[in-house]
Amino acid sequence: MDYSVKVMDHFSNPRNMGSIENSDGIGEVGNAKCGDIMKIFLKVEEDRIVDVKFQTFGCGAAIASSSMATELIKGKTLKEAWELSNKAVAEALDGLPPIKMHCSMLAEEAIHEAINDYLRKKGLEPWTE
Amino acid sequence: MDNSATTPVRKEVVEEMLPYLTENFGNPSSIYDPGKISKHAIEKARKKVADAIGAEENEIYFTSGGTESDNWAVKGIAFANRHKGKHIITSSIEHHAILHACSWLEGQGFEVTYLPVDRYGMVSPEELENAIRDDTILITVMLANNEIGTIQPVEEIGKIAREKRIYFHTDAVQAIGHVPIDVKKMNLDLLSLSGHKFGGPKGCGALYIRKGTKIEALLHGGAQERKRRAGTENVPSIVGLGKAIELATGEIEETNKTLLEIRERLIDGLLKIPKTHLNGHPTQRLANNVNVTFEYIEGESLLLLLNAKGIFASTGSACNSTSLEPSHVLTACGVPHEIVHGSLRLSLGRMNTHEDVDRVLEVLPEIVQKLRNMSPLTPQEYRTF
Ligand SMILES: Cc1ncc(COP(=O)(O)O)c(C=O)c1O
Ligand code: FES
Repeated sequence: MDYSVKVMDHFSNPRNMGSIENSDGIGEVGNAKCGDIMKIFLKVEEDRIVDVKFQTFGCGAAIASSSMATELIKGKTLKEAWELSNKAVAEALDGLPPIKMHCSMLAEEAIHEAINDYLRKKGLEPWTE
Repeated sequence: MDNSATTPVRKEVVEEMLPYLTENFGNPSSIYDPGKISKHAIEKARKKVADAIGAEENEIYFTSGGTESDNWAVKGIAFANRHKGKHIITSSIEHHAILHACSWLEGQGFEVTYLPVDRYGMVSPEELENAIRDDTILITVMLANNEIGTIQPVEEIGKIAREKRIYFHTDAVQAIGHVPIDVKKMNLDLLSLSGHKFGGPKGCGALYIRKGTKIEALLHGGAQERKRRAGTENVPSIVGLGKAIELATGEIEETNKTLLEIRERLIDGLLKIPKTHLNGHPTQRLANNVNVTFEYIEGESLLLLLNAKGIFASTGSACNSTSLEPSHVLTACGVPHEIVHGSLRLSLGRMNTHEDVDRVLEVLPEIVQKLRNMSPLTPQEYRTF
């Protein structure tokens, strides 16, 4: 697979890999395309993501996307994290091969799931848009 | 360790080919001397291929490789015999060159039965016999599978086919140099082979067609290959193919002996990694094929980490295919999708040594562990992080 140097870097040395005990929100999503799974753990303080970890069962692009996405949302407000698109993740990785774009979707969706899990636990309405 | 994908052209083969890339460039169809030199070279190679599989010289036709041979066999038999019937029997673990040719034929009004296989990838001759209909015109079952190395009971199938007077083709692309072949004993009417899988050049193969077999041409044009396969012959590659098959079949016992030792060491070592399974048959398998599955991890990421350590392998994972579909072979063996994901094929060749095995067994456990630590599917007891 023709991956950028950045993808290979994040794939080989993933940032924020692992899980968080007593996390405030967990998002787990599966990929309808190839059947892969991504799980995101959030630690939230005052609407801000103070810690984030991921676990991914997937290809190099999926692992690199998870790693990059967690870097991009760490320290951000929930609203800012919600706005992160899979395109932005792919761009931050200096691009993904077209056939691998769906792998970055997984990161976006897992973040959305995790944020909504947090909101639900707080008794708040989950976001849709 | 990806010799089932392709092999390097052997030095001895290159040496035989070279004069036909340089001074001996005559067109074999020309009647003057340089043309005759090329023509003779082709006939010499044809004899070598025939000898390697127990066929007659005039039963060997050179093609552009395994894919063309497979397509020619399946389509050529189908169209030449459609007045007799429209039914074809094959297996669900064939190479795409067979499967896609068959599905194309379905669009042309033919009917195809795709036989299931057991968990080891084995076709059952009884099931095959039961699938035969009055209008069955062709049975095509591969000799050895390219992903899991399972060797099919071709001789038994051949017997059934001959009794029922149905044409029998086998894709022997992965078997040359590993499985001794006798087309007469195996009751074969057609057999495909491909040069680059056994130390010959890419883009050159052959189809064995038993004398008297009714088959249409795939390529129409000049009168080459006894008017059955048009196009100026790829002389250097044909010469190379001949040399390569002579070497490969001559060394078969020696090669298999070495490869079996390496294979068994590799398999034993790999199965020591917890939650690892062997795919394919434990004994009825190519001496060069190792295929295992590591639970909880995905194959493409596995290949990338192996690549970084200088180990080149392949996987049946959906993420590593352009169709994003998991391997049809492992799926047909009943391996669940997420487990197909973690499959790894190491296919050995002449250049592999025991040191290579040491190296793989040294780095693979760490790599598997790294990916397992990363995976949400891994149970706590298999994590180190
Ligand atoms: C079993 C089998 N059949 C056919 C082919 C196609 O051969 P070729 O690459 O020469 O077209 C291959 C090669 O991958 C193969 O493994
Ligand atoms: S996760 Fe399957 S292709 Fe990327």
